[in-house]
Parts: sequence; C-alpha cells; structure tokens
Amino acid sequence: MSATQTTPTVATEDAPASRLSRISRLQALQILILLVVTIAVFTALRPDTFLTGFNIRGIVQNTAIYAVLGVGMTFVIITGGIDLSVGSVLVFSGVVADKVMVWYGGQGWATVLVGLVAALASGLAWGLVNGVLVAKAKVPPLVVTLGSLSAALGFAQIITKGLDLRDAPQALVNDIGFGNIVGQVPTIAVVAAVVVVFGIVLLHRTRFGLYTYAIGSNAEAGRRSGVKVERHLIKVYAFAGLLAGFAGLLNLGFFQSTTIGGQSNTPLNVIAGVAIGGTSLFGGIGSVFGTVIGLFIPIVLQNGFIQVGVQPFWQQVVVGAVLVAVVYVDQLRRAAALRGTSPRLPFLSRAGGAGSASRKGSA
Amino acid sequence: MTVPEAAAGAAATTEDAAPLLSLRGINKSFGAVHVLQDVDFDAYAGQVTALVGDNGAGKSTLIKGIAGSQPFDSGEYVFDGHAVTVTNPKHANELGIEVVYQDLALCDNLDIVDNLFLGREVTKNGILDEATMERRAQETLAGLSVRTVKSIRQVVASLSGGQRQTVAIARAVIWNSKLVVLDEPTAALGVAQTEQVLRLVRQLADNGLAVVLISHNLNDVFQVADRISVLYLGRMAAQMKTKDVKSNQVVEVITTGRSDAIGGITNGNGELK
Ligand SMILES: Nc1ncnc2c1ncn2[C@@H]1O[C@H](COP(=O)(O)OP(=O)(O)OP(=O)(O)O)[C@@H](O)[C@H]1O
Ligand SMILES: [Mg+2]
Repeated sequence: MSATQTTPTVATEDAPASRLSRISRLQALQILILLVVTIAVFTALRPDTFLTGFNIRGIVQNTAIYAVLGVGMTFVIITGGIDLSVGSVLVFSGVVADKVMVWYGGQGWATVLVGLVAALASGLAWGLVNGVLVAKAKVPPLVVTLGSLSAALGFAQIITKGLDLRDAPQALVNDIGFGNIVGQVPTIAVVAAVVVVFGIVLLHRTRFGLYTYAIGSNAEAGRRSGVKVERHLIKVYAFAGLLAGFAGLLNLGFFQSTTIGGQSNTPLNVIAGVAIGGTSLFGGIGSVFGTVIGLFIPIVLQNGFIQVGVQPFWQQVVVGAVLVAVVYVDQLRRAAALRGTSPRLPFLSRAGGAGSASRKGSA
Repeated sequence: MTVPEAAAGAAATTEDAAPLLSLRGINKSFGAVHVLQDVDFDAYAGQVTALVGDNGAGKSTLIKGIAGSQPFDSGEYVFDGHAVTVTNPKHANELGIEVVYQDLALCDNLDIVDNLFLGREVTKNGILDEATMERRAQETLAGLSVRTVKSIRQVVASLSGGQRQTVAIARAVIWNSKLVVLDEPTAALGVAQTEQVLRLVRQLADNGLAVVLISHNLNDVFQVADRISVLYLGRMAAQMKTKDVKSNQVVEVITTGRSDAIGGITNGNGELK
C-alpha cells in the first residue's frame, strides 16, 4: 500500500539527467526522515523516557555491532553480491578470540589486543574463503556465503562443543562492552562510528570504493578498463569478513558470551538495514550512511514499541513491510532510469556476469 | 626512421609520411582455424583508416591483436618506428594505443568523469583527486568540441547512445594516445547521432591521431575515411585511398575479395603491388 503512494512520485520525477546518482542519496534521505518521524512519535508518546540519555545510549549500543557488519555488507552488496555468513563469522571469530585470550591469560589490554588479532585473523580468513570462491570459482555469492554461514557456525560449535564461552577479559567487557569514552557516550558506539567514517571515506573517496561501484555497475567494463575485478571482489569479501571478525570481539565484550545460538537472524537484519538505507540489491548503487540509518530503524522501533506497550514483535512485521516496500520502489526507479533492464538479482548469478549486459541501442 | 614531429598533427595530409602503425605478414589462428593470413595493414597519423570487410572477415581479430588482448601468432608489428611485441592491453596502452569496443563497456551507474578515468584514476594520498580529474575531463571534451553533455557529473545511464559513444571515445583519447581504434562506433545510432560521432571521428584525426575505423556502413566510411582497407576471409584484399575509389568498387572487393575492380591490389599509395 505504501508502494501505490510512491509510484506517482517516481513518475513525476522529471530530472532524468542525474536520477540514478541521486537515488541512493534520495532514499537515504527519505529513510532519515522516516527515522526522525519515528523518533518524534515515540518522543511525543513517552516524553519522559524515550529521548533520555539512558535510552539513547541503549539504542546506540544495540546498533553498534550491526553497524560494523553493515559497513562490510554495503560494499559486498554494491558489487552485486551478498554475504549471509556475517553472523556465523562473528560467532566463530568470537570463539577463537575467547579461546586465544584464555590461552594468553590475564584480564588487561594486552589480552584484548591478542584477542583482537585473533578475531580479525579469523574473520579475514573466512572473508578470503568467500571471496576466492565467489571471484575465482565463480560460485554465486548466495551459495558461497550460505555454505560458510553453515560451516563457520559448525566449526564454532565443534570448538566449543556447542556451549557458549564466557571468559572475555575485564578490559574488554568493562571498558569496551559497557564502558563510556566520556560521560554517557558508550565506547562501543564510538568504535563503531570510527568504522563507519572509515567506510564512508573508503567508499566515496578512494579507488577501492570506485572499483566497488564499477564492478556492481558493469564488471566487464571495469575489466576492460584495467580494474582487476577478481582481485577486487576478493578484497571486498575479505573486508566484510575482517569487519565481521572485529564485530565478533565487540560482541564478546558486549554480551560477555560468544552468543553461538543468537546470531541466526543477524545477516538478514543487516541486509535489511543495508537495503532500507538505499543500497540497491542489484548492485552499483548505495551508501554507508544510508546503511547506518537503515539499521537504526528496527532498533528504534523495537525500543519504542516496548516503551509504549505494543508487543515488540510488531517491529519485525513493520521492518519486513518497509524492506519490501523500499526494494520495490528501488526497482521501479531503476527501471525508470535505465528504461527496462532485466530485474534479476545479481547475487544469484556468477560473479562478474551481473549487470554486464551491453546496453547498445538504448538511445 | 622515427618521425616524432610527423605525428604532431600538421602531417595530416603529408603524402609520404611513414605510417604510425605498420603490420606485415600477420597470422592468427584459433585452433585449426586460420583467421588472419599474411595480413599487411597500415595506419597513418592524422588520417582515418577504415577497416571494412564482411562478417567474419577478421576485423575484430585484427584489432584485438593490435590492442594486445589476443596477440598475433606471427608477423611484424611496427609502431611509431619501432618493432614492438604487444602481448597485453596494458602494453598497448603504454604505447598510446586505445580501442573503443563494439559494446561500449561503460559503467552505467558511474558518472562521466568516473568512466573517463576508470582504471587510471588520479589520486592524492590515496584519495581520489576529483578536481584534477574534472578539469582534465573538461579539457578533453572541449578538445573534441563536445558540447552536447550538460554536466560531466551526469551518470552515463542518463546519456543518449551518441553521448555514450562520445564518452567512450573521449576515454580513449584522454591519455594522449596516438592510435585510436573504433569498432563500429555508429552501429546502434540514429542519423543525427551518427553525424555527431562521425564529426568526432574526423576531429580525432584532425587533432593528429591515427584513427582506425571499423564499419559496415560505406556511407560513413566515405564521409570520414582517408584510406580504406578491405579484409576478405582473413586476407587483406586491398588497401586504397578513399579519393581513388567509388563505393561500388569497394563493395565488389568486400564481396568477392577480388580487387580487379580497382585495377589490382594496391598498397594504398596507388602503386601496384
Ligand atoms: N576466439 C575465437 N575462437 C575461434 N574462432 C574465432 C575466435 N574469434 C574469432 N573467430 C573466428 O574468426 C573469424 C573472424 O572473426 P572476427 O570477429 O574477427 O570477424 P569480424 O570481421 O570482426 O566480423 P563482424 O563484422 O561480424 O564483427 C570468424 O570466422 C570467427 O568465427
Ligand atoms: Mg567484429
């Protein structure tokens, strides 16, 4: 129903010139407005509890880990791929980090540093596996990462015999997981914000980001222009894996547990956030900023519903509806801007093949 | 042997200038299929050399060899006075050879500047130097007398077919290239846009570049080409000057491979071979 409202908007949009380039920004902006409106409504309904420092702190903390995953996911989806393995890689990396930190001993920063290296290495390794299989073996990303989703979780359970580990060192739990950097500003959110800013610069200001867009837009064109498409795809999946590993350590600090059974919805929630934030599942379009906004929406909704006494499960229904509406609108816009290219989701097909159809004769 | 000044534009009509690109006795096979057989081919700075021939004659194979993406099996490849061996596209680019392929290969979601510089971006401390790239893009388009694009920050998806072709061609010349090969640049275009692209092709040659134009449209060829080379079943049937021949004679060579119609095979300088 929200779709029928937006159709006329698409039709009357009369600046074909830079339509496509504006889509992601436009959508991120609309989603930002939606977020602001949502916050305003809950604030009006619960003026003394919703917009308090305490509550905001909780929301921001809950978004932080998803945001770290979302940065990597945004890059992957812009290439026309998908990464379903982030939740399992997060768990696996948390397990490895926990084991390594126990082996190293101590509760201080040295231990955390060792754990950080272990978590990053674990995440990177899975990312490389994903990347090589997608880029070199040409297995569709959906299948590759569905495989590593299963395998990484399996390994994590083998290592732990299925029982969550809870031996994160004090420094990680107290200073990063629950600590504040100043006043009421949670450290974990600041860490996530740093990752987000890094992601924004990497995506919009560097060659790495440009190649990410180029591959999602027309991999063959990139290849002929001298972009090493396979190598870049591997790097993108490795980057997403690295961030999932990092998120694994943050997760360990925040939940004081490896949360083995608790991450099955994580990849879908992150993908939903990325898509709601205006990154096209067709590849070639998107922004990290949009992703962050897109990730806030479910968390703000859940928090708000609890406060106003609506069953929090409604959040899932609303998010599902918003997701479908947003992707539908994205599809309409793309069709309008590209005048009818086939709407086939690229991550179902082989890497580098997607979106590379020649658009000869489009005049 | 080297004639650097000759390439600098003024030499456009010099009769006896040495060719910028000179191929002799080129052979190329795919498995048992002998696609190019003892092919000779020349292209001159400041001139448009049309490469024509029926479907499957070997035109694309010849230019892929020139571009290094499918290196020749044997033969002599002389560029700018030097015998070279071009085995990959990068090597060709370094020599100053650029190819605009039949299917343009632009990134729709990227804007004109991004597309012009893709693969060869200008960076400063790891950050894309957008200002410099924009300036050079403006200069290049101005140098080609392109006035049809509104903004160089427009995404390519929003451009017309002719404008897209223009971007693809500008991409090829932005790096001070010497030889530009265009594979059927007007194939998908309407009348007005074809005119626009042909003007651009002529402009490239007038700017001093050697241009090789593959086309199935003899009207286009006679409009812009200085020389015509005809491939027939993998052999060079004739190389001639446009002013020496008529359209129907060229058609005859294309369809029969026999150059009797133009009085025997010539080497493009009007001499019998
Ligand atoms: N990679 C390849 N493997 C085998 N045969 C090939 C290959 N590439 C080209 N050929 C063959 O070489 C011959 C010449 O092909 P080419 O593409 O060069 O022709 P063309 O002159 O460009 O034709 P068109 O006008 O249709 O573009 C054809 O018979 C083709 O089938
Ligand atoms: Mg061809």
